[in-house]
Amino acid sequence: MTGFRHRHILGIEGWTREDIVKVLDLAETFLEVSDRPIKKVPTLRGRTVINLFLEPSTRTRTSFEIAAKRLSADAVNISGTTSSTVKGETLLDTAKNLMAMAPDVIVLRHSASGGPHLVARHVEAAVINAGDGLHEHPTQALLDAATIRKRFARVGDLEGLTVTIVGDIAHSRVARSNLLALNLLGARVRVCAPRTMVPLGIEQYGCAVFDRIEPAVEGADVVMMLRIQSERIEGVGPFPDTREYSRTFGLGGRVGRLLGERTIVMHPGPINRGVEIDPAIADGPRSVILEQVRYGVAVRMALLYLVGGGQHVEAPPA
Amino acid sequence: MPGSPSESGLVEKRQLLDADGVARALRRMAHEIVERNHGVAGLLLVGVRTRGVPLAERLAKLIGAVEGTAPPVGAVDITLYRDDVFVGLPRPEIGRTELPHELDGRTVVLVDDVLYTGRTIRAALDVLMDYGRPRAVELAVLVDRGLRELPIAPNYVGLTIATSRQESVRVYLSESDSEERVMLRERAS
Repeated sequence: MTGFRHRHILGIEGWTREDIVKVLDLAETFLEVSDRPIKKVPTLRGRTVINLFLEPSTRTRTSFEIAAKRLSADAVNISGTTSSTVKGETLLDTAKNLMAMAPDVIVLRHSASGGPHLVARHVEAAVINAGDGLHEHPTQALLDAATIRKRFARVGDLEGLTVTIVGDIAHSRVARSNLLALNLLGARVRVCAPRTMVPLGIEQYGCAVFDRIEPAVEGADVVMMLRIQSERIEGVGPFPDTREYSRTFGLGGRVGRLLGERTIVMHPGPINRGVEIDPAIADGPRSVILEQVRYGVAVRMALLYLVGGGQHVEAPPA
Repeated sequence: MPGSPSESGLVEKRQLLDADGVARALRRMAHEIVERNHGVAGLLLVGVRTRGVPLAERLAKLIGAVEGTAPPVGAVDITLYRDDVFVGLPRPEIGRTELPHELDGRTVVLVDDVLYTGRTIRAALDVLMDYGRPRAVELAVLVDRGLRELPIAPNYVGLTIATSRQESVRVYLSESDSEERVMLRERAS
């Protein structure tokens, strides 16, 4: 019986294909817990999970809270906002104060890239990154991979599937974590966005870059639509106006007709209906958006179990 | 091979049952289950993963041969209900719990290969209670090796044997191990 080699969940960077598959397999078993008459197992009884969300979030925070509660851990939510230029010291002080309350896991969302890494170096608790600045959002990438795997009835990885990510790649930690995870799982990744929303050097992630949506979605098995991160854009925007963006890069009726018969459409949420995605597609049969939310809880249960469970010492003989 | 070293520093000491011994023990247990429950109505056999599951399936087949109908079979995985989560490494592989019928009003026979401290059965009972309210729960084990740490007693036993804590009992089943026997092993000193 092998354990999990990561003490913290800070990002997909540094992970292997095996690490990801392990979490996805585990998530499948945790999915079943949510279908039971009593949706709870006693695994993390007596453990404390602090959800420290220093950036607005409803879906991810709720998902982590439900995941912790279904494992019988005590979940405490702390929300707040910080400016984007938050000083490391402030965050560290917060973390040290929290440690005085002896939590076992800290789930952290922070507007500064690397925030969770900094905290992880200074606290006893296991740290799970719930989104840090423009850097990573590993749990989103894992739940996306779990959803794709299920839809295409894969048991191991995503070898040979083509995934197109459309939208604000530059400001998206979801895109970054997904690029890393999808590459490890053997998927072919395409990104599509206005040039102003594609970071320089994106090709190093092994993806093809498209500046028109039509060829980007053609032949794709998965189309993942991202939201414009207006809150992270300062000054002059990267495109003239929302209507034009929607017409050129939105997934609407015209582009929708180019999708293959089995192509699925994903969105990490929150959706801007009518901007990046047509409501008819978001609510249609291709959409796996709600399946993503379901897997969100299961994947987070798996991660809490892996980092919040043992003492990382050898188990006694059975 | 007696005396040959095997996994986790355990040395094989003595064979407790061969393939025929396992078959005879299961046959007797199947008869006892039918006798005690006056048939198969309302019966559900639930194997504790991993080796309790093939044993439950075999018992159901044996009962079917006697009674004409085989009772349904389910499986429980107790990983998430263990009482040593705090000391053990997290176990990344968790099997499915599959209970094909409502538990309410049924008599559940839990089936496991070896009964030792009783902690596994304690956990299995908790799993069952989360799924419903059985009329009764009984326990069938292939080997009872004693040294209980909880007040748990089996109703059907294939072989009872006194052991020490330095020893371990390993059941090999053709379904998972490509051989069929029960071995007593001892920690190599």
